[in-house]
Amino acid sequence: MKTNLIIAFATLIAVSAPVLAQDAPTIDEIVERTNRVAYYQGDDGVARVAMTITDDQGRTREREFTILRANTDDKNEEQKFYVYFHRPADVRETVFMVWKHVGSDDDRWLYLPALDVVKRIAASDERTSFVGSHFYYEDVSGRGIDEDVHELVETTDTYYVVKNTPKDRGAVEFDSFTMWIHKDTYIPVKIEYESGGEVYRVAETLGVEDVEGFKTVTKSRMRDLKSGGETTISYSDVDYNVGLPEDIFTERYLRRAPRTYIK
Amino acid sequence: MKAPAGRSWISYAFPRGTVGTWQTVAAVAAAILIAAARGAAQPPALPPGLAEPKPPPDEPALPPGLEDEAEKTEAEPEPEGEGLLDRLHGFWEVRAGVRTEHDRRQPRDFILGETRLQLDFERVWDRVSMGLTGDILFDAVLEEVDFDLRKQGISWTPVDSVDISAGRQVFTWGTGDLLFINDLFPKDWQSFLSGRDEEYLKAPSTAVKTSWFNPWFNVDVVYTPQFEHDRFITGERISYWDPLRGRRAGRDDEVDYNAPSDWFDDDEIAVRVSQNISGHEVAAYGYSGYWKSPAGQRLIPLQASFPRLAVYGASYRAALGKGIFNVEAGYYDSRDDSGGDDPFVRNSEFRFLVGYERELANEFTGSVQYYLEHMMDYDAYRNTLPFFVEPQREDRHVVTLRLTKLLLNQDLTLSGFIFYSPSDNDAYIRPNVKYKITDNWEVSGGANVFAGEDDHTFFGQFEKNTNVYAAVRYAF
Repeated sequence: MKTNLIIAFATLIAVSAPVLAQDAPTIDEIVERTNRVAYYQGDDGVARVAMTITDDQGRTREREFTILRANTDDKNEEQKFYVYFHRPADVRETVFMVWKHVGSDDDRWLYLPALDVVKRIAASDERTSFVGSHFYYEDVSGRGIDEDVHELVETTDTYYVVKNTPKDRGAVEFDSFTMWIHKDTYIPVKIEYESGGEVYRVAETLGVEDVEGFKTVTKSRMRDLKSGGETTISYSDVDYNVGLPEDIFTERYLRRAPRTYIK
Repeated sequence: MKAPAGRSWISYAFPRGTVGTWQTVAAVAAAILIAAARGAAQPPALPPGLAEPKPPPDEPALPPGLEDEAEKTEAEPEPEGEGLLDRLHGFWEVRAGVRTEHDRRQPRDFILGETRLQLDFERVWDRVSMGLTGDILFDAVLEEVDFDLRKQGISWTPVDSVDISAGRQVFTWGTGDLLFINDLFPKDWQSFLSGRDEEYLKAPSTAVKTSWFNPWFNVDVVYTPQFEHDRFITGERISYWDPLRGRRAGRDDEVDYNAPSDWFDDDEIAVRVSQNISGHEVAAYGYSGYWKSPAGQRLIPLQASFPRLAVYGASYRAALGKGIFNVEAGYYDSRDDSGGDDPFVRNSEFRFLVGYERELANEFTGSVQYYLEHMMDYDAYRNTLPFFVEPQREDRHVVTLRLTKLLLNQDLTLSGFIFYSPSDNDAYIRPNVKYKITDNWEVSGGANVFAGEDDHTFFGQFEKNTNVYAAVRYAF
């Protein structure tokens, strides 16, 4: 009788736990879902990316590339990226390939078409500019969620406001960063990076579209408040679950771009 | 606010002169009523100072797409029509280089003075693509117009696991950085040493490359039906050490050579079997053909020659610590001098390199390499070498250092590459600066500095060719 009661109680908890979680997700759930929405939607994805980099004097540079991404494990950790450059003209047909690892350095390759050379490149600091823009490598490919301590500082009608403090302060240039995460979609609408009590770097989501049922950021901006420069990114021709074969992410397709996916 | 809209509506509905007074009065009354009704439905906004901020000041507004009643603004798809001009790419550049000291073996102090237009055109279908890349070069140093076809041919995927590309094209494989062991595709040493862009180090070949991919390993076979030698140093632009004359030779005593050139008889075949096992890149290589730069001497007539060569080698490349480690080796079998006792044919060699590259600081990368050329049958070489020829060492050691720093949002690149041979006691230093003024315009400058204790060593022989150069390029 007593055992039955315990089982019944345990079942009740087990059944009601997810419901409770949906009502008020824990900080870990918020961070995990945000990470998934930002970097891991679908099994794979394709997008054409246009970047406008504006420096403090208003001069602009354009970058245009197609990005192919595949999730290569079920844990939302390992991924492979294939970045094919269309513009500017001097890097046209250059390919940058990354096998992203969580917990160890990424593997990176660069294909230079004029020399037909496949170069292996050393992993760089993740907080280094991606192709000269105000976005860092880490902003493009994701920051490991275990690298920060997360704290839910506020829940508003619209947002979960999450403060993230790095576990290894020496590895990064910020003291903390605060994310305004949209409660319905888990899209980080704004991220403010802070150092010495001052916000110096701001990422903003400027546009969202529904693509095949996935809420997708189609326009975002990174502002460097110290230098005054900014970079905007717009994503077009977004497609999910296209069934990218894993051999796309090999030397064969560095030397010969997969035209089925890259127009 | 609403009144002007009402008035214009009235004047539109009842153009002047066609309506009577009572109609005007009725219309004005109606307009006042409409305006009043609208005013009642939309309370006026609070004046500044009384306004309640919404959303809260420290909370971001929702972007389009996340608003409650998001009005979807479907972006108009851009017209796809790509004309011929959209598919035409390339660059135009002007480049000049000058020797830092006069070389009496050369008629001009300018080592480079040229303008080049490269046009690049490609068409892609489902399994086939066609490409054409050609350079037109106006060369003021050699006083000629040159056409250099860099790429012309087709790529075809007959079955999913096979790629074939046939025609004129550039090939590169192996793991060295500006050092090549198993890459026996033609190099353009003239361009490299005289200050052209690094991409011109690789010369094109007319060949067929067949690649077969399967889950266990990949096989690449490059068949070149007519031997493609390096664009080696002939004295035309760059002076070299002539061991038979025992002095430097230049424009007036250009290398007279006889290269194997019979189609399908004087051919080359290069094979690579490779695999990437979770980031560990392993490859085995084989080559059958000829020494790519002259490695033999015919006495009657006095001509440089390209003796037969076979190469067997292997390489490995992987991440190690924070950087990239690579190692490569090859055995050069000089098939026309298997005993090493023919003084007019280069001996067989064992070549080896090991390298490491890593990021040293933010946007600052460094790499080091060690390279060895070990002459086989050294005793036989020494015993048969003519008394008047300066002997080479059994082992040639070379170390290299590359440093690259990016600045100004990666628009400015400072780089330096140093070759230093402790055994020959000579060096070759390549500093370079590149600045991208806009997405299309780039200026660059640099130097090729040669230094050596002796005149007959690999880099030392080029001492009089030390040069500085500058270039402007417009890419489109």
